[in-house]
Amino acid sequence: MITVNHLCKSYRIAKRNPGFTAACKALFHREYEIIHALKDVSFTIGDGEMVGYIGPNGAGKSSTIKILSGILTPDAGTVYVDGRVPWKNRIEHVRQIGVVFGQRSQLWWDVPVMDSFELLKDIYSISTPQYNKSLEELTALLHLDELLRSPVRQLSLGQRMKCEIAASLLHNPRILFLDEPTIGLDAVSKLAVREFILELNQKKGTTVILTTHDMQDIEALASRIILIGKGQILMDGNIDSIKKGSATIDETVAELYHSYEVV
Amino acid sequence: MKKIISDIKLYKHYISINLRCMMQYKTSFFLSAMGQFLTSFNVFLGIFFLFQRFSKVEGFTYSQVLLCFSILLLEFSLAETFARGFDTFSEMVRQGEFDRILVRPRGEIIQVLGSNFELTRIGRMLQALVMFFYGILNSGIDWDLMKILTVFCMILGGTSLFAGLFILQAGLCFFTLEGLEIMNIFTDGAREFGKYPMAVYGRNMLFFTTFFIPYSLVQYYPLLYLLGRRASPVYTILPLAAMWFLLPSLALWKLGVRRYTSSGS
Amino acid sequence: MKKYFSFFRMRFTLGLQYRVAALAGIATQFAWGFMEVMIFAAFYRGDKNAFPMSFSATCSYIWLEQAFLAFFATWMMDNEIFDSILKGNIAYELCRPIDIYNIWFSKSVAVRLSRAVLRCFPILIVAAFLPAPYGLAKPESCLHFCLFILTLVLGLLVTAAFCMLIYILTFYTISPQGLRILFTSAADFFSGGVIPLPFFPEPLQNVIELLPFASMQNVSLRIYSGSMGPDKMEKAILLQLFWLVTLIFTGKILCRRAEKKITVQGG
Repeated sequence: MITVNHLCKSYRIAKRNPGFTAACKALFHREYEIIHALKDVSFTIGDGEMVGYIGPNGAGKSSTIKILSGILTPDAGTVYVDGRVPWKNRIEHVRQIGVVFGQRSQLWWDVPVMDSFELLKDIYSISTPQYNKSLEELTALLHLDELLRSPVRQLSLGQRMKCEIAASLLHNPRILFLDEPTIGLDAVSKLAVREFILELNQKKGTTVILTTHDMQDIEALASRIILIGKGQILMDGNIDSIKKGSATIDETVAELYHSYEVV
Repeated sequence: MKKIISDIKLYKHYISINLRCMMQYKTSFFLSAMGQFLTSFNVFLGIFFLFQRFSKVEGFTYSQVLLCFSILLLEFSLAETFARGFDTFSEMVRQGEFDRILVRPRGEIIQVLGSNFELTRIGRMLQALVMFFYGILNSGIDWDLMKILTVFCMILGGTSLFAGLFILQAGLCFFTLEGLEIMNIFTDGAREFGKYPMAVYGRNMLFFTTFFIPYSLVQYYPLLYLLGRRASPVYTILPLAAMWFLLPSLALWKLGVRRYTSSGS
Repeated sequence: MKKYFSFFRMRFTLGLQYRVAALAGIATQFAWGFMEVMIFAAFYRGDKNAFPMSFSATCSYIWLEQAFLAFFATWMMDNEIFDSILKGNIAYELCRPIDIYNIWFSKSVAVRLSRAVLRCFPILIVAAFLPAPYGLAKPESCLHFCLFILTLVLGLLVTAAFCMLIYILTFYTISPQGLRILFTSAADFFSGGVIPLPFFPEPLQNVIELLPFASMQNVSLRIYSGSMGPDKMEKAILLQLFWLVTLIFTGKILCRRAEKKITVQGG
């Protein structure tokens, strides 16, 4: 489904020194710092897999997700998603994927959720029967009936997240990227969102790639984790296999971070 | 062709959802529209008071100046209404919302256009229309088909020019988010100072606004034709030449999008 | 006093951080002034005798207006204050042992002062070097210059006191947005922000010069180039003082009443 080989990406960032003279100097001559966000990253993800992609802030998580979703062009390396190179034909590619940014909303704040869905139907050019079918399925799975008619601003964060996820699935993508889907949710909503993701993966066979800082998410959802730090893959495998005795998942991951010196 | 039809359909849908959002805040809408009206009404009063004192400026009478001002104001307001998404694009980049646009299977331009449809500018348009009718009734113009066509070309060319400026400003957001206020000189400034025919500002300004940022093509020259001071029918379609400005704007925009996808910020 | 000073310093360093924005602002202001001068030059070419003040004085007025825009623009209001009223954060401010009117007033003055100080000098310097009569002329006399500074400060205080009224009236109205729009556009026009007051039709001028709006930028910008007679200057300065006291007094009373309303109703 997804093959990533020797992926590299570096950014040039203008250095900023404090102080007035430094700011004046910067007007004429800028010093740059090269940051290697990804250094030779490779992995493969099979059809219908659910993978947790974890790592500390600035490890290269979002660069990878951006490359896989076609927003970012890498410096070197190859990526095939379902046989497509994401950044080569972005528009064709994004038709087949769903992306949820946990921190940002894609729903229109002041109108009923349904109105945003209808707009997405036009954006993705979904045929009416297909749209009705998806909507019906998602409504049943996520228990959205009551929510669809209320304006987004009246929904709780948990209800909104359900609608966000549904919005990203209307066009029936085969791959779903979830960026921090449970951030800020209360316990009940977290469980509901997790349960739904699991069900989606099992019933429809959607491939799910999940980035999160919430290790309970990983425990509940992903049998496989890919740990990235300082732009490199540090571990790729089953979380249970590295768990020691009675250590919780948070302790295990903290231990991992320390042993690889990435924090 | 099929793509264009589907884009138009999508754009209509965007407008409709923008309007529905707006209807949630009717008072706010009404007040913003009134605010828009009042700011340009102040400008009008300024002209009115000056012409109580002076009879002409550079050979243009009060009603001729109003005609000039009204057409420019109409063009600017139309561009602001439709291309507001580009005008406020720096916000979109700052909040990372442009990523969302890139993960959708549609052109970036139509999505940015659709993100914001600013109907409050109707306050300005109404004022522009009132001044326009006053202007055409009192400017002593012999109307014929060519002159009516000229007015349409002015509106089309001018709206495109201002939209081009907004796109240019948005394109710059990909390179820097600081100091973009400078673009106000060319957008708000043109609205503010385009109230008088460009010749008022001297030869150099006329040259600059003919060949660099072609305000004069949609303002000064066609106005001369409307007033019967120029006869060549070329002046009728001259305003459309201002549309060339969209080319560098769109080129910069495309370049910016490419830069964004290679640097991710 | 010390806490107000430290607040001012904080605002000022904050303003310095946005150098590029300030530079862009200066360029914009400069372009604006330049275009205004061109417009008046065109009117002047048309009919010199219809000019109510000398052309050079008009240009000085325009440049000073641009340089001190942040002093007098009523539409540059502090959104933090509006937010604190509308979202109810004001409850916290009321808990502090300071007079809310005083703290907001000094905050508004500090913001305007720091903005203007950062931006006025480049504009003033460039305008001073422009060829006469298009540039900023020398002040009429040393006395005029001193009075200019005095009335500039008075004008700043009147503007801030007027804006305070708008903030406070927000408590009493259901539509702060509408109130703000009406007040600021009226202030912009009647203070001489669109065209200087001497260019207004004469009968109207006599009335408008009595309004608080005329005590903002109008007095100092005209005194600078000597386009006000001595008796008129005296009257104008007294009016400024009158409006300053009246606006602050009204503001304080309304503020006190609003505070009571909040503490009684619980915000």
